[in-house]
Amino acid sequence: MNNPGDVKIPIGPQHPALKEPESFLLTLRGEKITSVNIKIGYNHRGIEKACEDRTYIQDLYLIERICGICSHSHSTCFVQAVEEIAGLEIPRRAKYLRTFIAELERIHSHLLWLGVAGHEIGFDTLLMYTWRDREIVMDLLAAITGNRVNYGINTIGGVRRDINAGHIDASLKAMDILEERTKYYVGIAQEEITLKKRLSGVGKLSYDDALRLGAVGPTARASGVARDVRKNDPYAAYTEIDFDLITDDHCDVYGRTVVRLKELLQAYKIVREVLKNLPDGPITVKAPRKIPAGEAVSRYEAPRGEDLHYVKSNGTEKPDRVKVRAPTLANIQAVSHMLEDGYLADMPIVVAAIDPCFSCTDRMISMHNCGTRKEEIVSWEFVHAKGIEWYRNKGIDFSQLNKKLHSMMNK
Amino acid sequence: MVEEQKIKQELEGNFSFLKEKVNVIRERRISVEVPLASFREVFDYAVNKLGFSSMSAITGLDEADNLVVIYHINKNGSIVLSIKVIISHQSPAVQTVTNYFSNADIFEREIMDLLGIKVENLAPGQRYPLTDDWPKDEFPLRKDWHLQRIEDKEAENE
Repeated sequence: MNNPGDVKIPIGPQHPALKEPESFLLTLRGEKITSVNIKIGYNHRGIEKACEDRTYIQDLYLIERICGICSHSHSTCFVQAVEEIAGLEIPRRAKYLRTFIAELERIHSHLLWLGVAGHEIGFDTLLMYTWRDREIVMDLLAAITGNRVNYGINTIGGVRRDINAGHIDASLKAMDILEERTKYYVGIAQEEITLKKRLSGVGKLSYDDALRLGAVGPTARASGVARDVRKNDPYAAYTEIDFDLITDDHCDVYGRTVVRLKELLQAYKIVREVLKNLPDGPITVKAPRKIPAGEAVSRYEAPRGEDLHYVKSNGTEKPDRVKVRAPTLANIQAVSHMLEDGYLADMPIVVAAIDPCFSCTDRMISMHNCGTRKEEIVSWEFVHAKGIEWYRNKGIDFSQLNKKLHSMMNK
Repeated sequence: MVEEQKIKQELEGNFSFLKEKVNVIRERRISVEVPLASFREVFDYAVNKLGFSSMSAITGLDEADNLVVIYHINKNGSIVLSIKVIISHQSPAVQTVTNYFSNADIFEREIMDLLGIKVENLAPGQRYPLTDDWPKDEFPLRKDWHLQRIEDKEAENE
């Protein structure tokens, strides 16, 4: 219920920092968020419609560009559906290579997220180190596929590029370095009281609410929901790979941090196993230009959670319908729930906790005070700095931890 | 595919009109076409008796003669059941399923916006995903819709 003291804060939708512009209308009573209204769709590009006018191969490259971070997720999800309709059994080596690229993508996405999370709470040394580490994976992806993002590795019937002994050697060395560093970050998350106090109890999402609101990926798993498409509906080489499904019962941003850190360790393990057991043989089978009439539902565990594609073919070289349900859409109701009854100072980290790309450049917020009818424009940095200062006044200060991490990394 | 076959038998056993309509496509994939008038009872049965307790997505499509809505629901994150209903172009409407799954809200707004399918009893809310100033009665995922229609309208207004 609104009262004259409530302050409404619209955030977005024109937000150059976001890959998917969103509009958040927050109602505040004091420092507490009493209600959240999220509007999305500002970045709707008509990709599904565009797919109907293009061939399957053209669509593959279009679909890959739905997301810059999880481009391999979308292209694999799409190509799996097409291959299922066409009755194509891709070579085992191709399955392993898809899994290899998928886990490299998960590693760079989770490291990116960890840096964003650090930045949003004032732990910028963590941002600097995790993004330095992320470059190791980006360099690997560039060497293997030719691109840092939008790898173009998939084709209908397999993959377009093979890997060589040099790639395998470089990848295994990279996994060793990254594992050592990730273990250090796990230690920080488990032992540093400043980090635990800052993230615990923030952005609460109970097990029941995660299920009810359809949350997916690390967001759901941090609320104890043991769901991961790689386990529940395995694809590519995941049927043959041994790894743990990570869950946590903290049900907050701290839990989401722990889940992603532990998933990084699992990703290194998967990469090693894939490379160790990489089968010999071809990397593709011949695919027909015209796909027989049919339909398929394909699922994929993207770094942010379950990605789902539905493809319907009509016997021509162009699909009749392509439907994409990306993980962010599945998590949007959960974000709204997490923000409600929380503090304004927690808004940046709660939103960032589901969106690893909420980090980049300029941000602008229009604040409208309903009591005074006064409206003012402030920057995202203002709210970001306000959140850090607000917690500093409550005794949670990352200054010492920033220095400590830096000195330990440089020993 | 023991569990998938069991689900097929239960659906066909409980609803005579589904006889030989339930298709186990492969492991963890089942689809069924349901008459619009019987959709509610089949959906309710799948959710409450068969344990399909999560909604992954709703797909809307235009098959030229008819419009189609497919509800993709899953059991413990594993088996996906796609329940398909065919509706006419003349009166394109379905009932909301937000009383079963609150996350269906955004998917239902999507089929309203892109295909012009009315979702009855859906709570008032913002449109998704088209812009606030998108012309009324222009549904871009309909097969007879092309961008030229918007460009022609804009030219007329100028």
